[in-house]
Amino acid sequence: MHFIPYVWLIPVFPLVGFVINGLLGKSMSKGKVGAVGTLSVGLSFALSVAVFLEFLKLPAEARPVEVVVYNWLTSGSFSVNVAFLVDPLSLVMLLVVSGVSTLIHLYSTGYMHDDPGFPRFFAYLNLFVCFMLILVGANNFLMMFVGWEGVGLCSYLLIGYWYEKKSASDAGKKAFVVNRVGDYGFLLGMFVIFWTFGTLNFREVFAQAAQYPVGSAVITAATLLLFVGATGKSAQIPLYTWLPDAMEGPTPVSALIHAATMVTAGVYMVARCSALYVQAPTSLAVVAVIGCATAIFAASMGTCQFDIKRILAYSTVSQLGYMFLACGVGAFVSGIFHLMTHAFFKALLFLGAGSVSHALAGELDIRLMGNLRHKIPITYWTFLIATLAIAGIFPFAGFFSKDEILMYALINGNVWLWLTATVAACITAFYMFRAVYMVFFGKSRVPHHVEHHIHESPPSMTIPLMALAFLSVVGGWINFPIIPGAQKFHEFLSPAITPLGHEAHLAVSAELGLMAFSMAVAALGIYIAYKFYLVSPEIPGWLAEKFPVIYDVVYHKYYVDEIYDYLIVEPVKVGSTLLWTEVDDKVVDGAVNGSAGVVAWLSEHLRRLETGFVQNYAMAIVLGVTLVVGYLLG
Amino acid sequence: MVVPVHYYLGLSLALFTLGAIGVLIRRNILIILMCIEMMLNAVNLAFIGFADAFKAIDGQIFVFFVMTVAAAEVAVGLALVIAIYRNRATVYVDDLNILKW
Repeated sequence: MHFIPYVWLIPVFPLVGFVINGLLGKSMSKGKVGAVGTLSVGLSFALSVAVFLEFLKLPAEARPVEVVVYNWLTSGSFSVNVAFLVDPLSLVMLLVVSGVSTLIHLYSTGYMHDDPGFPRFFAYLNLFVCFMLILVGANNFLMMFVGWEGVGLCSYLLIGYWYEKKSASDAGKKAFVVNRVGDYGFLLGMFVIFWTFGTLNFREVFAQAAQYPVGSAVITAATLLLFVGATGKSAQIPLYTWLPDAMEGPTPVSALIHAATMVTAGVYMVARCSALYVQAPTSLAVVAVIGCATAIFAASMGTCQFDIKRILAYSTVSQLGYMFLACGVGAFVSGIFHLMTHAFFKALLFLGAGSVSHALAGELDIRLMGNLRHKIPITYWTFLIATLAIAGIFPFAGFFSKDEILMYALINGNVWLWLTATVAACITAFYMFRAVYMVFFGKSRVPHHVEHHIHESPPSMTIPLMALAFLSVVGGWINFPIIPGAQKFHEFLSPAITPLGHEAHLAVSAELGLMAFSMAVAALGIYIAYKFYLVSPEIPGWLAEKFPVIYDVVYHKYYVDEIYDYLIVEPVKVGSTLLWTEVDDKVVDGAVNGSAGVVAWLSEHLRRLETGFVQNYAMAIVLGVTLVVGYLLG
Repeated sequence: MVVPVHYYLGLSLALFTLGAIGVLIRRNILIILMCIEMMLNAVNLAFIGFADAFKAIDGQIFVFFVMTVAAAEVAVGLALVIAIYRNRATVYVDDLNILKW
């Protein structure tokens, strides 16, 4: 049985699920809706696994495989196919996306059970998975763009899922508009690529790009423009502001779209275009610096948040920064590796947060939690595992991927990138354990009427938690450092990635030293959190009083939203109002109404010629005949 | 004695002009109909004059056609006038303005 030719079915299954749930969902029972939604994505996952296993058996010269479904459009020498590229990179993404999606769909059947919009939710979620799989499976920029826009649309629909809530619909709009800015960059980048290479097929573009000199202007321009798209979709400086607001959506959405899959699309795109990026050192430097800056900037904002989902949102932005840092220093494989482990532990963190709020009747404020570890033990243990993973503690998944990124930042980048990223890692460990201590330890601050309703979530929610916890533990082992031959992930993925010219390696002792150092840094972050929020909880308050300005600025997220409002949103509003009242109302409407007015005025006067007396018309005829005859005779 | 053709034409022109003016300025439908008859007969007179001058029979034949049409026209016209008078109790065209906006 050959599965690879049927790779196009992978996005079709969720599409079918979307159609069934979207059209018939209202008349189906909730159990059926959930089953359709989960099974359709589960089938995609199963097929992805089958394709993956078959791909492993292929000889190296038969890889990668392009599966053309049909010719989408042809214009002169330019043609675009609906086609899928089966190579290690797309396979990793297909597996991660469909696998994590399946677990989150399962979780949603429990989490969303009492929501009246249940079928709508599953329809949107399935549609999202369909577009995401198109995005990662595409073999050309245009099809990738279809997926890229499609996931943006689903993100908008799902953030604003509870559209009765003003803040939710506002957040959806914000996400959509900010993403449009990025998408415009992506579109321009695509135009530059087409204009230069005359094709949009990945492999043809990359083959041609290799002929160009390193640092040529067109490739630099194209890669920078594509990166603008990535900053929008993957929430990097300066377009990250939509992601924290996106937490208005239901928690499974935050886990799936705004943590595990969609926001990593930018990283995937940069890794996919590694052949272009290595030709443009300037772009790589920009990617690295933006990624690094975002990592520490977002991490610092995470320290002062009290909404558990917002803490996780800022940590997502920060972790995405790490992935871009990896790509920027040429360690694309490490970036994708971190993308994968991050998908596991961040999805787990969000689902855990959802489980906590489920237990507390929808509460998200960590100031109103505390000492929950005995009441919801499964949630506690899985959340703790994910937190250890994101903090980068051996042997959890995050340790391996983050450590690789830090190492490459030092080897290929420079000391400053490494130092910043290391400090960001320390802050990450700090604010994640701050959340753990405030939610699960200490004294209970839960309001009394909620206290006795606390209950562990149903199995449909805890099973995905445990599965993701398992992956968060072992997910990193596929790329075990130092031991020769244990870097399976690296070996598998490297044919799909164009490396930087020089492949530097550290001595084993130096590598071990770096690991020990980053562990120590993480431990320091955890210790500070332990000291601040468990041993002497008065310290944070005291610090906030001692440095009111710093605290205020960080608490208000550096006032970035306000600055954007002032610099961009308000001027656009004022300009639009001006165009509306002055240009549209006066000039455009004036011209239309004016021409109608002239016609009305003319007819008012000309109508008097039509007297209605036949004799007057007869008089006109006689006069006319007289004139004509007189002229002809005379 | 032969009457010169321009005598006929002069009389015909005078009758036609009187008729036309009558059609254009009078307001009584009966008078207007009579003026139309006068214009038709002025034309008949011109036909006769030319037939005589050119020694051609065609003009005289035409006169019979015109007289037939005129008779039919008067029949229809008077019937209309009577119908209008029964409906509106007037024969003045100024008052017949219900189609005017």
